Amino acid sequence: MDYHDVSAFAQSYGLLYLFGLFIAVLIYALWPKNKEKFDKAAQIPLEED
Amino acid sequence: MNLLWLAFTIVGVLTGVLLSAKAVDPNMMLHGMMFTLASILSAFALIARHYRNASAPSLASENGSVNYNTEILKAGVIASAFWGIAGFAVGLVIALQLAFPALNFDLPWTNFGRLRPLHTSAVIFAFGGNILIMTSFHVVQRTCRARLAGDIAPWFVFWGYQLFIVLAATGYLLGVTQSKEYAEPEWYVDIWLTLVWVVYLLVFLATLWRRQEKHIYVANWFYLAFIVTIAMLHVVNNLSVPVSFAGVKSYSLFAGVQSALTQWWYGHNAVGFFLTAGFLGIMYYYIPKRVNRPVYSYRLSIIHFWSLIFLYIWAGPHHLHYTALPDWAQTLGMTFSVMLWMPSWGGMINGLMTLSGAWDKLRTDPVVRFLVTSVAFYGMSTFEGPLMSIKAVNALSHYTDWTIGHVHSGALGWVAYISFGALYFMVPVLWKRKSLYSDALVNLHFWISTVGILLYITAMWVSGILQGLMWRAYDAFGFLEYSFSETVEAMHPFYVIRALGGLLFLIGALIMIYNLWRTARGDVREKEAGKLVPNLEYAGAR
Repeated sequence: MDYHDVSAFAQSYGLLYLFGLFIAVLIYALWPKNKEKFDKAAQIPLEED
Repeated sequence: MNLLWLAFTIVGVLTGVLLSAKAVDPNMMLHGMMFTLASILSAFALIARHYRNASAPSLASENGSVNYNTEILKAGVIASAFWGIAGFAVGLVIALQLAFPALNFDLPWTNFGRLRPLHTSAVIFAFGGNILIMTSFHVVQRTCRARLAGDIAPWFVFWGYQLFIVLAATGYLLGVTQSKEYAEPEWYVDIWLTLVWVVYLLVFLATLWRRQEKHIYVANWFYLAFIVTIAMLHVVNNLSVPVSFAGVKSYSLFAGVQSALTQWWYGHNAVGFFLTAGFLGIMYYYIPKRVNRPVYSYRLSIIHFWSLIFLYIWAGPHHLHYTALPDWAQTLGMTFSVMLWMPSWGGMINGLMTLSGAWDKLRTDPVVRFLVTSVAFYGMSTFEGPLMSIKAVNALSHYTDWTIGHVHSGALGWVAYISFGALYFMVPVLWKRKSLYSDALVNLHFWISTVGILLYITAMWVSGILQGLMWRAYDAFGFLEYSFSETVEAMHPFYVIRALGGLLFLIGALIMIYNLWRTARGDVREKEAGKLVPNLEYAGAR
């Protein structure tokens, strides 16, 4: 495997993989059902114990 | 468990004695002795601790609440304050040296070349590092509602890190360096830091593991990204072959442009993950805590986190524009740097908007003023950075004082201000005081250091652009208009202004130390009694 193989892989599958992961993060963060969970999580520092 | 740690100290003594006795140069002899001494002191501390309290501290206190480890945090506050003053003072000295070169004193130990890494390491790794370790230990305990994992391990992290700082700093003064910017310590100090850092990661992970909250709060994500990425960067960039096992000198595994790219992959991500991700962890806990409101958008914080992680790691090549680095790599670095505008401003908006509905606190609480100004500086310096990474701009700005001004607007405005905010928050909480000693002194600190920062960065902008324009000026015959020494001469007034800015910043920090010390003692400034912003945790505890 030489430099060209590595760069061809990075420019195709590597790009798709990282971009796909980022799309997955966006979906996770913006999914309507998760809103309640995140609202609760935002309160964690403020809850007194 | 105590016995295992005791065994480590014996190994430490033996290693130190061996390195010292077999040393091929006087610097290794000295560092071997220092390592031996540190190991002996730890052994004493371990034995004394054994006889003082035989049983490990319980996880919960008598009233059922979590028994947080606050002793380690108090030590962290003291260490951060100490190294902060040391680092700012050395910064002032080298700023004066640039303005008045006679202050180099013609001695090897006090010349600019050796004091400059002492300053950068002291402010970034000693002050910033202690702040990050201390606040991460606080935030992870509080947001997980669990006592910090390990009994002796956190103390190993704390003291091991201080030993790393002392070995690195004394090495610089004696001329021990591998000449990599922000990675100057030689191979044996690097190995020691790796050990300390792995234990730090384990303590952090083990605390997350025993959490009582289901969800891991976002500040911990930032801290974890900081710890893991710094470990990776540190190990790869410092891969080297020592010339001998009892000598300080080593040679890097990389050469030529590979060495340069590895170095700036490290260097820029030290900015991205040490000075940004780690301190964003502080922002996401301490701003909501101080203004007593949840973060503006938790969803935005998730997107902020992941886009920062995805983008930052590629931005390093912008330090190598117009060098032997392939053009496509330079363009890649530039493109990713410009894309970083997105998470930077997302994060800034998230931090600032946390105050929505509570903007009056900016007027009534000077600690909030520090926190909010730091986020504003974060937005400003992360706007400036991508701008400077654009090749056409970089052609003017690179190698000039503009870079120094940019770094300091981030370091003084963002990193130091959010750290000051965290320190002002932590001291009343840790020493269980109703409020700070004085809010007026916080205000004074704020204005003195803000004027200092403004003097510093405006002087460097003017001097940097002047310098860049003078370097590229040609006369009618195509010759360079100015000699290099003429450009140096033109810098002098700006260097004096910069040193003045640094002096104001140092004075501000000394005011803070006085205020924190009086707070820890339990004093309240009489004139302000009854009017001070209360420590909400103290009120809640009663």
